[in-house]
Amino acid sequence: MSAPLLSIEDLRVSFPTPKGRIEVVKGVTFDLGRERLGIVGESGSGKSMTGRAILRLIRPPGVVTASRMQFDGMDLMALSEADMRALRGARISMIMQDPKFSLNPVMTVGRQIGEALRAHERLPRAAIRARVIEMLNAVRINDPERVAKMYPHEVSGGMGQRVMIAMMLIPKPSLLIADEPTSALDVSVQAQVLDLIDDLVRETGMGLLLISHDLNLVARYCDRILVMNAGEVVESCAARDLHAASHPYTKGLLAAVPQMHETRDVLPVLDRSAWGGTGT
Amino acid sequence: MAIADNSTDGSLHGVMRFVRSLAGFVVVVALTFLGLLAITFFIGRVVPIDPVLSVVGDRATQEQYDAAKIAMGLDRPLIVQFFSYVGNVLGGDLGQSVSTNRAVAADLVRVFPATLELATLGIIIGVLLGVPMGVAAAVYQGRAADQIIRVLALLGYSVPAFWLGLVGLAVFYAGLGWVAGPGRIDIFYDGIVPPVTGLLLIDSLIAGDTDIFFNALDHIALPAVILGFFSLAYIARMTRSFMLDQLGQEYVTTARVKGVAEWRVIWVHAFAPIRVPLITVIGLSYAGLLEGSVMIETVFSWPGIGNYLTVALLNADMNAVLGATLVIGSVFIFINKISDVLYRILDPRSRS
Repeated sequence: MSAPLLSIEDLRVSFPTPKGRIEVVKGVTFDLGRERLGIVGESGSGKSMTGRAILRLIRPPGVVTASRMQFDGMDLMALSEADMRALRGARISMIMQDPKFSLNPVMTVGRQIGEALRAHERLPRAAIRARVIEMLNAVRINDPERVAKMYPHEVSGGMGQRVMIAMMLIPKPSLLIADEPTSALDVSVQAQVLDLIDDLVRETGMGLLLISHDLNLVARYCDRILVMNAGEVVESCAARDLHAASHPYTKGLLAAVPQMHETRDVLPVLDRSAWGGTGT
Repeated sequence: MAIADNSTDGSLHGVMRFVRSLAGFVVVVALTFLGLLAITFFIGRVVPIDPVLSVVGDRATQEQYDAAKIAMGLDRPLIVQFFSYVGNVLGGDLGQSVSTNRAVAADLVRVFPATLELATLGIIIGVLLGVPMGVAAAVYQGRAADQIIRVLALLGYSVPAFWLGLVGLAVFYAGLGWVAGPGRIDIFYDGIVPPVTGLLLIDSLIAGDTDIFFNALDHIALPAVILGFFSLAYIARMTRSFMLDQLGQEYVTTARVKGVAEWRVIWVHAFAPIRVPLITVIGLSYAGLLEGSVMIETVFSWPGIGNYLTVALLNADMNAVLGATLVIGSVFIFINKISDVLYRILDPRSRS
């Protein structure tokens, strides 16, 4: 196996508080090839911060350190801001959580998608338009010509998220981070959007880092899974071996997932003392 | 109020919609204007000053007093007075001013352009400097640039206008001689250019007299800069807080994820959505300046509406007070309407 696409060692993210620095990511280490890796964890476990740290989007006063953060042979920690900007979108992209907030309200959908391409390639206007329409087709939007002229408030949540996907994939990145890409959507469109991401990832052969709190979803769409809790990776396994997880936190999470046809009256509560985690 | 109807070409449907929105606009403006008229009129009549006394003087006999009262129509019931006043206003007659002995309408035509000229220059300075300063302060939050801009804005909030005016005159006029002194223009240039717009800077250019233009510019520079500083303080503060809110928005992060250049992130993604609230701030600020800054107009002997209104108030010159108030109210209505139109152009969400 060649060198992994992304290699992270001892990634730490901290923020200052009146009581001193608080680490929200405490030494995360993992490699990612051209595969689909899922990061699961509850809110505040540091999974989103990990995603943003890879893009170096943690803004001051947040501080990011890592003993290694390599992407395709480049040291992400050492790149200048300009080099990093050239990399964002073009090589590593990120699908944001809620299209209601993550699309610019005063810019047409078409312009926002086109801008992602224009930031990295000098193309004539007509070529950009053609690529935008092509991309909207690729994310299965009917009547792309019309949708391109619409504003974000005029499209539905599922459509907004497809627009987001189109925007993030138009410069053909090799790594896609999806940060809770469906948690803001109706259940009925969640599967559609995830299937779409899955298809596009398989077609283009890019790496996928799927961040979610939903164990089942991650198990279904990923090859490998990292379970995070309180800023640390507590479990790393192949998706199909999830049921055989060894860490008590993972076991607790799995036990708490509701089952079809179940007869339990009360869902089990995580016993955090089992692994010395933070109590609530 | 008469509004020129520009016929729009296009479908009948479009024309109908335009006519309907225009009709709605006229009705709303007319009602607002009537309300304004009623409030100013009744407040003007219930304040404990006697307009008759200010005409006849306090040595007049009772007969003279009564005669003057009847001549002024003040013996009639209040409601009758009101409707006759409304009728006069609609006919363009705002009554006589007792302090200048001229028609109030003619006075206003003379004083309002002076204020308009000063306020417009002031707001231009305030916007051109205040908006970029506010944006810079937000982008460099907590850093030196932010601190300097915040201190400047705080000064603009807390320094009294008359003090800044006097110190400005002492330093730049009396001390350094960089600008001309009080008044709109040097006395020997006064009344030379024919008034077209009433704005000296424009009238002198129309007349092709550059000497007068530069003299007027010399006079207006200092008060305009001071007014500009006050509106800058307000505009920069508001811009800063709007921008801070914007820079934390998800779509700004989205733009960064896309690899968009930082200046584009700031000016296109973060700034564009705040244009609408900024227009409100700028509109209010401009309207405030058009009301006439009494302090600045007094210090600079500026023959504007603020000055006029103050003198009228002190002389119990109710016709002049009412007339000036109406002009100021109309300015507010007008600026509000312009803001509404701009919202619709700038915010796609308010269009549908």
